[in-house]
Amino acid sequence: MTSKNETGPLNAPTLSKEKASSPLSEAWTKFRANHSAMVGLFVLVLIMLGAIVGPLLYPTDPFELVWRPFSPPGADGFLLGTDYIGRDLVAQMLVGARVSLVVGVAAAIVTILIGVAVGALAGFYRGWVEEILMRITEFFQVLPTLLFSMVIVALFGASLLMITLAIGIVSWPAVARITRAEFLRIRELEYVTASRAAGATPAKLMLKVILPNALPPIIVQAALMTGSAILFEAGLSFLGLTDPNVMSWGQIIGSNREFILQSAYTVTIPGIAIFVAVLAIALVGDGLNDALNPKLRQR
Amino acid sequence: MSFLLKVENLRIELRMRAGVAPVIDDLSFELAHGESISFVGESGCGKSMTALAIMGLLPEGIGRVASGKIWFDGEDLVAASPARLRHIRGNKIGMIFQEPMTSLNPVYSVGEQIAEVLREHQGLSRKAAWAEAIELLDAVRIPNPETRATAYPFEMSGGQRQRVMIAIALACKPKILIADEPTTALDVTVQAQIFDLLRDLRRQTGTSLIMITHDMGAVAEMAERMIVMYAGRKAEEGPVDKVIAHARHPYTQGLISCVPHLVAHLTEERQDLNEVPGIVPGLAEFGQGRCLFASRCARATERCLTTRPEEIAFSDVHRSACWHAEGM
Repeated sequence: MTSKNETGPLNAPTLSKEKASSPLSEAWTKFRANHSAMVGLFVLVLIMLGAIVGPLLYPTDPFELVWRPFSPPGADGFLLGTDYIGRDLVAQMLVGARVSLVVGVAAAIVTILIGVAVGALAGFYRGWVEEILMRITEFFQVLPTLLFSMVIVALFGASLLMITLAIGIVSWPAVARITRAEFLRIRELEYVTASRAAGATPAKLMLKVILPNALPPIIVQAALMTGSAILFEAGLSFLGLTDPNVMSWGQIIGSNREFILQSAYTVTIPGIAIFVAVLAIALVGDGLNDALNPKLRQR
Repeated sequence: MSFLLKVENLRIELRMRAGVAPVIDDLSFELAHGESISFVGESGCGKSMTALAIMGLLPEGIGRVASGKIWFDGEDLVAASPARLRHIRGNKIGMIFQEPMTSLNPVYSVGEQIAEVLREHQGLSRKAAWAEAIELLDAVRIPNPETRATAYPFEMSGGQRQRVMIAIALACKPKILIADEPTTALDVTVQAQIFDLLRDLRRQTGTSLIMITHDMGAVAEMAERMIVMYAGRKAEEGPVDKVIAHARHPYTQGLISCVPHLVAHLTEERQDLNEVPGIVPGLAEFGQGRCLFASRCARATERCLTTRPEEIAFSDVHRSACWHAEGM
């Protein structure tokens, strides 16, 4: 990179990422052609922007009592009105978006980490490793998810971390099964045998040879998981299993639920936000599926 | 004379629903330094299993070496630890496969895949490995190796991919290159190019070659010695010229007569092609104490059906396992 003639072919590995033909850019081209996925991505970016810069532009404290309770949207200068104790709903929504999105993404990451680890080991080693891991997976799969996560949160405290972990712990079996299925399929392919013949270690085979090829359905699952984790968090909050000191969309619904008949907007507004966010994520996930699924990809 | 590879009484068993079948039954052979041998036979004769056994890559839980030894450089590979085998694979014994279309990982560029082997076995830095990968691509005659190194497998033709596979297999300058039907999936013209390439590389590096094929033309082209396999057993072994000139096993004769001849004058009625009647027996019949080729053999007699033929040596180098070998 220091001398002039080195900027040419020797830099090739970095160049390849810009080439139109790399698998990633190929997927992006396909994704961009998918209108509903692009709409979903656009909405998702808007929500994320609102979550990141919104509270800076609208610095009202979401916990501060600013006005009388149940002021309807638009009245008295409060765009979305106030909640049951007179807190500004706009501030709550903006700050709540942060928490909802972070919990969604973090829970998806926990889900993927556990699921991929279990599925990869089971699919790669087969035999008794697979037997044990898949029996454990099935055990977690038959547990009623909401009840089990409520037990975890009730036992270990309703902190954001615990809620995230609880969602991850009840959600990973689906990812484990997908990962295992992909590993079972890919481990028999010739390029895996060829890598073995070139002396690759089991860890390298799993992480560098098989996993990258197994990623597409896992990425799609991660996107969908983010959406369902947001829903899950809202559900737990609705039931009161949440940290009351942390504002999230689910928390807004949960805290106002007793007044759902008097002032429906306090519940409807965050409800619509959750609906739109989850829909946007689902559209993006669907677009990813179309773009990454090798069966749909034309050569 | 010391051998680079010496296989002694190798027996490989496959576990099947019906029981255990010996896909390789009492196979012995040697490979000298720099020598080129070829395994010949129809599909299902155990040629590939032999190669996989040498690599320690028999299908887990299904195939295993039941008895015998595989001596490589004074070390028994059958008894070697998995870590030791990993070190030998790709480093001292390289292998290329039949299907170049599917033998490369689709998510990495070919340069990365070659560099990976070099980093693994030679401990090269990322940069040095990449530079070496480009040189290897050049050595296997890929035009514009600097730019082609960044290409993904699907951007390459079958012949080019097989060249990349050869580059990977030879990256660490192995002592043995095992080529399992290296040109079966390729066009004839590309086949010839790959053979030329393999021959030249062998001349430069002195690598021994084990080629597995069912193509007699490829054998004549590439190998010095050939081993004809039938139903997991060695049928005949000898120098290629001697065996082709005077095959001492009816199966070898059949294989040789199957090669179609190009005729300059085409007539309305073409000649029927020669074929060896029948098919290779199923795995369940492997290992029986008789000549397994007898059911397809015009010379079969009572003895062929009751006793397994012993290997008869015709010179130091030419052997055949047929009761009628002397009369041929």
